[in-house]
Order: sequence, then C-alpha cells, then structure tokens
Amino acid sequence: MRTNKSTKLLIVVTALLAAPVLASAQQMESHVGKVTGHSESGKQLFYRYCWGCHGFRGDGNGENWLAPGSWLEPYMNIQPRNFVAATFKCRSTTTGNLPTDQDLYNTLVRGVINSNMPSWITLTDQNRADLIAFIKTFSPRWKNDKPSDPINVPPETKLTVESIKHGKELFQKLECWKCHGQEGFGDGPSASTLTDSNDQPIRPYNFAVGSRFKCGVTNQDLYKIFITGLDGTPMPSFADVIKPEDAWDLVHFLRTLQVTHKSAELTLWGSTKEGAEQIASRKVSGTPTGSGIKQ
Amino acid sequence: MRTKLSYAAGLALLAASTIGFAGPSGGSISGKVTYQGTPARQKPIDMSKEPGCAQQHSTPITTETVVVGPGNALVNVIVYVSAGAADESSPPSQAVTITQKGCQYLPHVVPMVVNQELKVVNADTNSHNIHPLAKINHEWNKSQPPGTPPFSEKFEKPEFIPVKCNIHPWMHGEFAVLNNSHYAVSGEDGGFSLPNLPPGKYTITAWHESYGDQTQDVSISGNETKTINFVFKAKPY
Repeated sequence: MRTNKSTKLLIVVTALLAAPVLASAQQMESHVGKVTGHSESGKQLFYRYCWGCHGFRGDGNGENWLAPGSWLEPYMNIQPRNFVAATFKCRSTTTGNLPTDQDLYNTLVRGVINSNMPSWITLTDQNRADLIAFIKTFSPRWKNDKPSDPINVPPETKLTVESIKHGKELFQKLECWKCHGQEGFGDGPSASTLTDSNDQPIRPYNFAVGSRFKCGVTNQDLYKIFITGLDGTPMPSFADVIKPEDAWDLVHFLRTLQVTHKSAELTLWGSTKEGAEQIASRKVSGTPTGSGIKQ
Repeated sequence: MRTKLSYAAGLALLAASTIGFAGPSGGSISGKVTYQGTPARQKPIDMSKEPGCAQQHSTPITTETVVVGPGNALVNVIVYVSAGAADESSPPSQAVTITQKGCQYLPHVVPMVVNQELKVVNADTNSHNIHPLAKINHEWNKSQPPGTPPFSEKFEKPEFIPVKCNIHPWMHGEFAVLNNSHYAVSGEDGGFSLPNLPPGKYTITAWHESYGDQTQDVSISGNETKTINFVFKAKPY
C-alpha cells in the first residue's frame, strides 16, 4: 500500500502536535518547608482550579480573561499571571530573577489583593506544593536559570519619629511621589501614563485605601517590595540605591500613608503635631486599583 | 573544456589573492541605508512634567521612531553580520554605555554583544528607572536616582529589546544584543561600515525599529571593500 500525500501530511502534523505535549511532560519538583510537591500531581489540580483564568497553556489567557478590545467586556481588568513568560511580581529575589518556591507558595496562600486571584487557603499544603511544581513546568527558565538567592531582609530598626521623618525625606528624594503622589494616593504626575510590560494600563498602589499590599501585609513584605521591584510592572527595584537602615525608615513612613489602617507607625505619627495635622487634612480619594483618581 | 579552464583560472586567481593579501585587517562591507516614500512625522515631546529635562531643550525634541537625514538617509539602523561569522565566546572587554540625559536615551539604539557589559548612566538631576522589556532575556527594572554611580548589567541571549522609563513615558530606546561584534549603526548620512571581515560568505542584516529588517549576502575574498545598500519603504503612519 502506497502512503499517499494526505496520509503523509497527517503523520507529520500529528507528530508536530504531539511534540509540545511531550515537551511539557518534563517533571518538576517544589520544596516548601518540609513538603515536596510533584508536577504530575499538580497537573490535575491546575486543570480543575487554575486554568479558567490562567489558561490551559498557563499564559494568562484563560476564558475568564478576555484581552482588551475584545467584543465582550472582560470579566477582569488585571491579567492573570503568565507562567510561560515567568516574570513574577511577588518575590524575595532580585529583579530579573525567578521567585523561590516559598514565594509562589505564599502567593497561593495569600491570594493577590485587589485582583481576582483568590486565597487558596482551602487547599492542603501538599496540594499547593504540587501546584507550584506544575507551574514550574511552563517555562524552561526553572530548569536553565542559575538559582537565585533570596535577598537578605535585616531585622527591623526601631520605630521612632526620626525614622518616620527620615522616611519622608527618602520618599521625596527617591521620587516615589512621581507615581504614588505626595499623599500616596497613586495620583502622581506619571501615574496616568503607566503601563505594564504588556502595554496594559496599570495604576500605582494607593496607600490611603488599603491595608494590604499585593505581595503581603507585614513590614517585611513592604521592605521586600521596593528592594526586589515588582517585575513586569513599572515598580522598579531600589536595591542598589537604598541602604538597609534607610529602607526601614521608608517602611515606617509608608505605613503613615496608610491612613485607614491603624498601625504602630500611624499611631506614633499621629501623636506628633506635624503628623496629626497631616492625617487630619488627608482627604482619602481613589480606590485601590486607581479608578476614580482624577488626573 | 574551455569552461573548465576558465573555472580553474578563476580559482587560481582567487587563491592567489587570498594568499597574497591574508593581512590582519581583512575585507570590509560598507554602504548606505536610505528610505523611499514618506516617513511618519515625528511628534514633539511635552516634558512639562519634568521641568529639569524640559529646560535642557531649547526647542522640544521629537520622538525618534524614524530618524532621517539629508538625501533620504535612514539613521539608527543597526547593520550587522547575522550569518557567516563565528559567535564570540567571550565578549569584548570594553563596556557599551547608555546615558539618560535630558530625559532621553543617548544613544537611541545600543548594539552590544551577548554578555558584554552595559553601563547605565543617569546624567540628569531627576530619577529615572531603566526597564528593558526583554522577552528572551530576563526582564529587570531598576531605579536610578540622580547622583548615584552608573551600574552594569549584561544580557545572555541575542535579542532586540525595547527600553523604557516608566516615570517618563516618552523615553524609548532599543538594545540590540548580537552574537558577534561585527555591527554598525547608520549615521546622519545613512552610512555604515563593517571592517575587519576575514574571507567568507556573510549574511548582512539591516534592522530598523519601525521598518523591520532586510538581509543581503556578501562574499569577501580578501582585503576588498564591498558596497551594499539597503532601501527601506517608509510608511506615513
């Protein structure tokens, strides 16, 4: 029997279609605390819980996200993470590097505030570890990159009024206000033109209406945000330009911008004349994702 | 019989020329890059949000997506050897520099070799963040306040990378990470020159950030200079 042209074509096409499936069948592990996750177990969990938003290709193009300009209003305005590109916001590693397994795990547990990523606290530790292992199969960077060390977060310095005042100077000097605005409302001069690395409009964090950040809740989390930068967004890394003691001063000041969140820093600042005046005069405006802020 | 003889003669001549002129400089390829048609008009940039930069320009500068010179010259075209030269296993020791000045990237296009040191300088009195939008290389984003020393980075894979500053949305530059150091950027007159090419068959690619790329094949047999020109079709939009 002579193989005719169409059969030959069918064989070639099938082989080509099978190739990506075979390639993604590489198996990865994750290590979070005492738990080891396996990608084969994570696969079924991903298909059940994740691909509606993240897409079955893991590239953030799930059916719950429709790219801007499509005929149907997108259900979510913040694109789900693209695991194929492997650029992550919430990390404890320097800019340009992959997050650690613990970073990914923390994001799964915490969810991402002001976005549609829920907290997956309902799953078991093993489930989450397996999911992370599967996420690592989407990009060859997890195999090929040199492992990056987490940044060192030194112990927090003492909270004093001087620390807050110095943080205020740093906020000016490092020009954070250019995007975040003088009062941290996310309405700085450059805020309205910000785009993320996929050219989608994005707004800077509005300190006044939130108590949590995209990448955590604690002072340590806040410290990490401006040291590592949020890759894929306009938020750069200040690792090379800020000393650790200065970084803690900035953290203390930033907490005083969160006027709706009662923190030790805000209370201390409110007990000073200057601080009390500033807090009283602050008219909170805007929303966490920046809509409603007049430019 | 006659063709065989002429072929043999030609070969002998070729061999003689290579033996005779196997000098260290080698051959070179040079030429001009021009455009045909009407290029899109460049818009003046409003830098009023950054007064420190605005005052450095007596007349506002324009966008640089298409920069042209007299005689239909097309400027900022990267002309490089895309095939025929060996990949350089160790990059040049000299760094390439990009300077942020007057809220502009100088130069606008920065070619470099894989793993070559890139020095980033902030010569302004305000902060910039430098954000190469790499897709093949790692995407990083660093703040550079005024008065801080230059920092160095490098890219591990060949790629054309657009660069932006998020604080100043009009700022745009291009990094070209190439496999070897045989490259040139077309000047005001559209001219380029690729010297020091040993004998061989080369593919030369000309790349423009708005008009894409074109290739031509050139053979170098000795110390000669071969001339090739590229003509890009300009679009009014």
